[in-house]
Amino acid sequence: MKETTITKPLGTTVHLHRYRLRRLEPSQFFLFGAGLVVLFLTICAIAPQWVAPYAPTMIDPTNLLQPPSASHLFGTDYFGRDVFTLVVYGSRDSLLIGLASVVVGGVLGGVLGAISGYVGGLVDLIIMRFIEVLMTIPGILLALAIAAALGPSTLNIILAIASGTIPRYARVMRSSILTVKHRSYVLASRSIGSSEFRIFWRHVLPNSTAPFLVMATIGIGTSILTGSGLSFLGLGVIKEIPDWGTVLSQGRGYLTVAWWVCTFPGLAIALFVLSVNVIGDRIRDVLDPKKSNGSFTGGS
Amino acid sequence: MTGTIATRLLTSLLVVIGSSMLVFVIMFVLPGDPVLQMLDGNATTPEAIEQMRQQLGLDQPFYVQFMQYFLQLLQGDFGASRIDSTPVLPKILAHVPATLALTAVSAAVSVLVGTILGVLSAIHRNGIIDLTARFVGLFGISMPTFWTGILLLLLFSIHLGLFPIAGSDGWKTLVLPGITLGLVGAGFIVRMVRNTMLEVISEPFIVTLRSKGLTERVVMYKHALRNALIPALTMMGVMVGELLSGTVVVETVFARQGIGRILADAIMSKDMPVVQGVVFFTAIIYVLVNLLVDVSYSFVDPRIRRSQ
Repeated sequence: MKETTITKPLGTTVHLHRYRLRRLEPSQFFLFGAGLVVLFLTICAIAPQWVAPYAPTMIDPTNLLQPPSASHLFGTDYFGRDVFTLVVYGSRDSLLIGLASVVVGGVLGGVLGAISGYVGGLVDLIIMRFIEVLMTIPGILLALAIAAALGPSTLNIILAIASGTIPRYARVMRSSILTVKHRSYVLASRSIGSSEFRIFWRHVLPNSTAPFLVMATIGIGTSILTGSGLSFLGLGVIKEIPDWGTVLSQGRGYLTVAWWVCTFPGLAIALFVLSVNVIGDRIRDVLDPKKSNGSFTGGS
Repeated sequence: MTGTIATRLLTSLLVVIGSSMLVFVIMFVLPGDPVLQMLDGNATTPEAIEQMRQQLGLDQPFYVQFMQYFLQLLQGDFGASRIDSTPVLPKILAHVPATLALTAVSAAVSVLVGTILGVLSAIHRNGIIDLTARFVGLFGISMPTFWTGILLLLLFSIHLGLFPIAGSDGWKTLVLPGITLGLVGAGFIVRMVRNTMLEVISEPFIVTLRSKGLTERVVMYKHALRNALIPALTMMGVMVGELLSGTVVVETVFARQGIGRILADAIMSKDMPVVQGVVFFTAIIYVLVNLLVDVSYSFVDPRIRRSQ
């Protein structure tokens, strides 16, 4: 293998510095692009009236299913609504749903997984069986059942999506804690009389967070995907201003005659999720102490 | 080892029971009266509604309904659909092959593409394979399945006419849905494998192995890969659940007659026996796969085997 140099001993700081600078160039370019996309869509979510050329509810019967043109950048849909305007206005719910459900699901799942992995024994058995029960129910069913039980609203969709994500955070957290808690530095800390809490908080947890952070990163994207998927299936919140998934779902019927109605809202979802993931990857590299210490192994 | 597997089998059984219980509770607290839904707005007397409720046993308290349901389940009786009165079990069994085929194909695509790309990209860091792998990883996890599915349909079915637009007969109907769903899984696995592989490569024991004079091939594929597989294995267990859920959307896009489709329909019409039947089935599939994953942990990592 040519790349045996990646585990050069520390101390070769000159090389290290040069290596890191060179490494960052292409990823910074992507990071910049991703930042722009997220910034733009955040502005769209906060103040869509600044960006959108038309009103989202404006129906124009003379302009049904028009292909993209100068006056309608993304074309018009079956009701004669401007698709670009719909995409701009649709960003609000997606952003909110994505972020909020990661926070709720990540906190609950992370805590459960950490307790389960570290304490072990009967506690582990009970928590993991509960997690498995939760997991065996397909996420869409769980989200829908909860949303239906609580009534359709944005908050309930968030709770519904979050509850489906608890198992994956819990399991990833547990499995990395399991591999860390038998390491020698944990044994060393225990042998000098550290309290269990200290061992967990200072040694086990910091060394177990990397896979969990990757999961949470991906989680923002997947939550947006789940939310728009629910809307696509016609199970989301019904509003006067539709979200991306609903626009796309409505355009499906005209796929053969009007590709643009499906394509652009989907592109918005994909671009946004992609950008969030690129930024999330960067955040992971910065947050992970092992990588910011100058190790060469940071996943850029 | 046998003892461990036996314990896991037992607890798995409890998990299946638990999940059917959870679904029963969720469906029980859902708003909407199933009897009124069955009548579908047809005018009838309150007495007739009450009689129907009694017939279905819906006037009984929760625990009676649950015990009844559970006892029937143990006898292999899944009940009948409340919408069209067809028995649930044959209905599910008729739709299971389409979904299983889709899940299997997409799982194969995910694991093959994901693991191979992930390992190669970590070993040849910053090379062309690495760039490709990161691209596949990012796109896989970022594209909504209903969108990729629609784009693939537009290109390969509508414009090129290579694959059928809808249906679930024959291998040709499996290609596009399999790729659609498989790409998502591949994206997740590539990232996970690459990350853990890179983390493992930086550990001191790899330096030790190299300094012992082992070839890179042995260091990477025998030692590094095995240590990187634990989080990746967990991921694959989770993946099956994701794939099974994903079939709901993909089956809608490609109009495949699988259990994902009947599940979505059943939820909308509050057809409880069908929902419970489908969930029970997915639960069994899911638990079995995760049992395999848990057992394989011990083979990959002797530390876990010893701590048991």
